[in-house]
Amino acid sequence: MADRMAGSTLEQRLRPYRVLLASRARAQMQYKTSFVTDVLGTIGVGLAEFAEVWVIFHNVDVLGGLDFTAALLVFALSNLAFSLADMFVGHLDQLPRFIRAGQIDAFYVRPLPLLTQLMTSDLSLRRIGRLSVAVVALVVALTTADIAWSPATVALIVLTVVSGTAIFSALFTAAGGVQFFLVDGAEFTNTFTYGGSYAAQQSQQVFPDPLRIFWTFVVPTAFVAYVPAVAILDLPGDHLAPTWLGWCTPLAALLAWSIAALCWRAGTRHYQGAGG
Amino acid sequence: MKTFWLLVRAGFRRHSAYRLALLAGMTTNSVFGVIRASILLAALASAGTSIGGYDAPTTVAFVWWGQALLGTVNLWGFAEVKDRVRTGDIAIDFLRPINPQFAYLAGDLGRAGINLIGRGAPAILLGTLLFDLAWPPSTTSWVVGAASVLLAVVVAFAGNFVINLLAFWLVEIRGIQLLWMITGGLLCGLYLPVPWFPDWLRTIAQWSPFPSMLQNPIDILAGRVVGTDIASAVAVQLFWAVALLVLGQLVLRAGRRHLEVQGG
Repeated sequence: MADRMAGSTLEQRLRPYRVLLASRARAQMQYKTSFVTDVLGTIGVGLAEFAEVWVIFHNVDVLGGLDFTAALLVFALSNLAFSLADMFVGHLDQLPRFIRAGQIDAFYVRPLPLLTQLMTSDLSLRRIGRLSVAVVALVVALTTADIAWSPATVALIVLTVVSGTAIFSALFTAAGGVQFFLVDGAEFTNTFTYGGSYAAQQSQQVFPDPLRIFWTFVVPTAFVAYVPAVAILDLPGDHLAPTWLGWCTPLAALLAWSIAALCWRAGTRHYQGAGG
Repeated sequence: MKTFWLLVRAGFRRHSAYRLALLAGMTTNSVFGVIRASILLAALASAGTSIGGYDAPTTVAFVWWGQALLGTVNLWGFAEVKDRVRTGDIAIDFLRPINPQFAYLAGDLGRAGINLIGRGAPAILLGTLLFDLAWPPSTTSWVVGAASVLLAVVVAFAGNFVINLLAFWLVEIRGIQLLWMITGGLLCGLYLPVPWFPDWLRTIAQWSPFPSMLQNPIDILAGRVVGTDIASAVAVQLFWAVALLVLGQLVLRAGRRHLEVQGG
């Protein structure tokens, strides 16, 4: 047994996850009409979020120091990161239901880590709808905005999308860890998952300084879109979002993940079982 | 009438069992209140002093009343009736001595009551502490505003009830529910005030029942709508409440004829 473990390649160790994810994806495709309706639904959610930005700019030309194109870029970057994170780990939201029903015990006895099992327990392909709205918005924003293109800009955009997805995934995971303590108060964590996503879509200049510090250094969702957008568009920035800060998104993601890991560890150790 | 009142109280007690959930809901509503108020105030500052008849205190009142009433008015809908139609349990509801629509309405009014006390009131108090919020300008605004909130709960319930009943014919109505939620969320005045919309979108909103679920009570309580306009705002709500309740009865009757429950 020990020999087999030692001799197993990364490929072999990842195999169970690949099989699991493929089966989840196949399962969702079984009911075609239902899947299409769900995708249309998430496109609708994305469009409704966009409508909010659009209606505001119907009334004003500049919001929080950003014109419509810049605001569209912030909207697109945050929505892209959020829908990717939602697709991979958004179903951690279901954790309170598993805990209450005692189903979480079944996950504990399987020979794979709890978190990776839960992450691969679903792959919400329907979120592709919202993702596509974000991609279209990103393409429109990047082509209409006045950007001095260079390899550094491209690198910054890729870095932002990857780190942003990591930040939102970390928030979902941290929320999951806290659920082991809350159970009935599951909605508490919505303040920093969905609230964080809502705050991330905005120009951070609309917030008073204490809130900006909160969304930058405590729940680092400012790094998902606004801070890098300042760097991508080469805007002057200000005291809480200087242009160079845009390159620090991976640091914010690392910080978010270390907190998420602590929360998850504390939660899973706190859990005593459903007494089955 | 006595049965109705007993069911209202049962709904109130059923939903007051989860105190932590009420507190959690209040917290989330408040965080969204702070974020949305910041955005709309920034928009106001950029546009000048007012947009669509909203100055800073009424805008803040719009945001916080919206968050406070979000738990009270069931905008996102419910799945209980739909599930009972699918499993056939709705047949039991038909056997009861009270019309199913009234029974579920009573339960929803109870739910609205506890959410108003446990979730709405604390949120609006917090909003007052954090922001310069416009209070209802007169006793009339308070009294009619309260009646308007009640009507909003009824309109939202009646609309959702009709959607739930579509399960008689469609079995799975998740897509339709989602569509209802998205359109409703945008047009009811939760995200942005309806008067801020471009003309064409505002026209669509005004011909739909959605502003009666949130925008109208908020406008009365925030003091944007005063005088005789209050009467017309409430009249529109009354129309939608009656129209959707009657529609619900008709659909319920048709569904009852369509229903076929297997087994003994």
